[in-house]
Amino acid sequence: MTVMQIVFLITAVVTLFAAFRVVTTPNMVHAALWLIVTLFGAAVFYALLQANFLAVAQVVVYIGAIAILMMFVIMLTRREMRDRGPQTGKQWPWAAVIAAAFFGGLVWLGQQAALPAAPKADVPKDSIAQLGQALVSPNGFVIPFEVASVLLLAALIGAVYLAWTRHQS
Amino acid sequence: MIPLNWYLLVSAALFALGLFGVLSRKNAVAILMGVELMLNAVNINLLAFWRYRAPTEATGLAFAVIVFAVAAAEVAVGLALFIAVYRRFKSVAADEINLLKW
Amino acid sequence: MGILSQPVGAIAAWLQALLEGWGLAPGLTKVILYLIGAGLVATLVQVWVIFLIWFERKIIGRFQDRLGPNRVGPYGLLQPFADLIKIITKEVILPAKADKAVYLLGPIVMNAGVLAIWAVIPLMPMVGMDTNIAALYTIAVGAFATLGILMSGWASNNKFALVSAIRTVAQMVAYEVPTVLALLVPVLLAGTMSLHGIVKAQHVWFVIFAPLAFLIYFIASVAEVGRTPFDLLEAESEIVAGFHIEYSGMVFAIFYVADFLHAFTIGALAAVLFLGGWRGPGAEAFPLLGVVYLWIKAFAVYFLVVWARGSLPRVRIDQMMDFSWKFLTPLALILLVVAAVLDHFVIGLGVWGRALSHLAANAVVAWLVLQYLEHYDRARARQRPMVAQPGQYPEARPPAPVETSPETAS
Repeated sequence: MTVMQIVFLITAVVTLFAAFRVVTTPNMVHAALWLIVTLFGAAVFYALLQANFLAVAQVVVYIGAIAILMMFVIMLTRREMRDRGPQTGKQWPWAAVIAAAFFGGLVWLGQQAALPAAPKADVPKDSIAQLGQALVSPNGFVIPFEVASVLLLAALIGAVYLAWTRHQS
Repeated sequence: MIPLNWYLLVSAALFALGLFGVLSRKNAVAILMGVELMLNAVNINLLAFWRYRAPTEATGLAFAVIVFAVAAAEVAVGLALFIAVYRRFKSVAADEINLLKW
Repeated sequence: MGILSQPVGAIAAWLQALLEGWGLAPGLTKVILYLIGAGLVATLVQVWVIFLIWFERKIIGRFQDRLGPNRVGPYGLLQPFADLIKIITKEVILPAKADKAVYLLGPIVMNAGVLAIWAVIPLMPMVGMDTNIAALYTIAVGAFATLGILMSGWASNNKFALVSAIRTVAQMVAYEVPTVLALLVPVLLAGTMSLHGIVKAQHVWFVIFAPLAFLIYFIASVAEVGRTPFDLLEAESEIVAGFHIEYSGMVFAIFYVADFLHAFTIGALAAVLFLGGWRGPGAEAFPLLGVVYLWIKAFAVYFLVVWARGSLPRVRIDQMMDFSWKFLTPLALILLVVAAVLDHFVIGLGVWGRALSHLAANAVVAWLVLQYLEHYDRARARQRPMVAQPGQYPEARPPAPVETSPETAS
């Protein structure tokens, strides 16, 4: 057991417990807060994998924007301060069976493959610069990058259009 | 060192939990949260394989960045849709929005 | 390794030797050293808030033609301690039907977000975590301050607190965009996101390279802290006290500390990004001087924040949103593009040539913006004259006679 492994296990337990609460808690704001814990746990995983840029970007994008917007929408789309009654549909046993089967299948698949126990090489020091170059170089990912930009622009316009209040005059 | 297996197990569990949330929840925002969990599980998977298989290339990182962008776009449009739906139905419970059902 | 040239390094080496002498494993020693460092920085900056509170009250007093605190201790310096004793003895009230866990976590999350920024601020050469994502990290942990306000506003189970929380989200999301865009200018000029690298690249302060970016960064940061003139989230005259309306005692004190510390932290960040950080005469040889320089610069920016608080009225919410989305964000985008394109051509001109050409470009942009604003003002004045024109409004009709029924009349 190295220090890294202990950190990993603690993070894994916290993340999975938080994810479990996200999908089961009846209080929607609590679900959003647990979602933030889960997303933070994922950021810790990224940091453990030495993808520092993505760990920080995860906090900026997911916690700073997505989770907070979700809480905002939860607060906007309710007539009362608190939810009443169960928030899970009556189909939940089937959902649990499907999810468990999916998990079992994934674990089985993971057992089949021969997986490396340790990384092949160290992450280069300039991996962030490499990523930046790759995103804009013609030999790299410039087309996916541009497509993603257009997608974001379309989403921006679409979101503004959908949430627009038309004033009746 | 942490074996690659552990990461895959965690991400599989996270994905399964997200799937359960998507299938079982009533509130539309909660369904979106389930989708976010699944996307994060995918990202952990991508980065784990990047770290253990090809850490000297930027491919895995670039993939994860694109996933981020898609997730952000999806949430923006999804939440705007929910607000529009809420104005119409005064509810975002997925089982009450059934005009297309017959 | 002398105590003067590397004070922190020398102390750390001594401590490490001491701990390893006790028979601890090297890995554990390192963890303990990190914990000590983090605890020390967090404690020092929070204790520093005691002085900040005195300073701000004194300065605000002067702005309002008062003396400010002057009874307890010399120049009222001990006033914050008196306040501290008062606030400790107060009862912490949990509102009925409040969400207890979230209610108590809110202020802690907010304070933690502010404190986390100090992990990457380069206090002097060789101190402060040197990571290649530090600039982005400062934005990332700033999100926790928003989160804390949102949590406490919702958990208080009070409609004013909820209104404040929703206002906060709108404001923070709006002003995060120009902050990041303005932050990108020094990152672009230095060619790195590491704050150490940015300080090292500033042979000429970046405020000379990009005065407009500094201005945008300053305004947007003040808005993110929620200080006057952008204190819509705690507007006393509209929503009583906003998100901390239900808080009392030490729990409220955490908000208070976080607020002052956040204002000072943006001062420190602006000093690092635009005012040369620890740079100054003799700072390379004696790093302790660097701390003094950084502190002076941070204080200068903090004074500007207090000045704005003392002299500007609060903006309306539509003005606040318009200012960010229609003015600051486009301007920051233009500045970023101008800086990127210009730097490509002038990078070979030497430090001062580069700085002056950037300054000239900024001046041109500023002039164009002022011209545009004037034009916009005139166009708006033509559309909507401030003085009512004859015939603009319908004639006032005499009031309809009030119908009184015979029962009530008698």
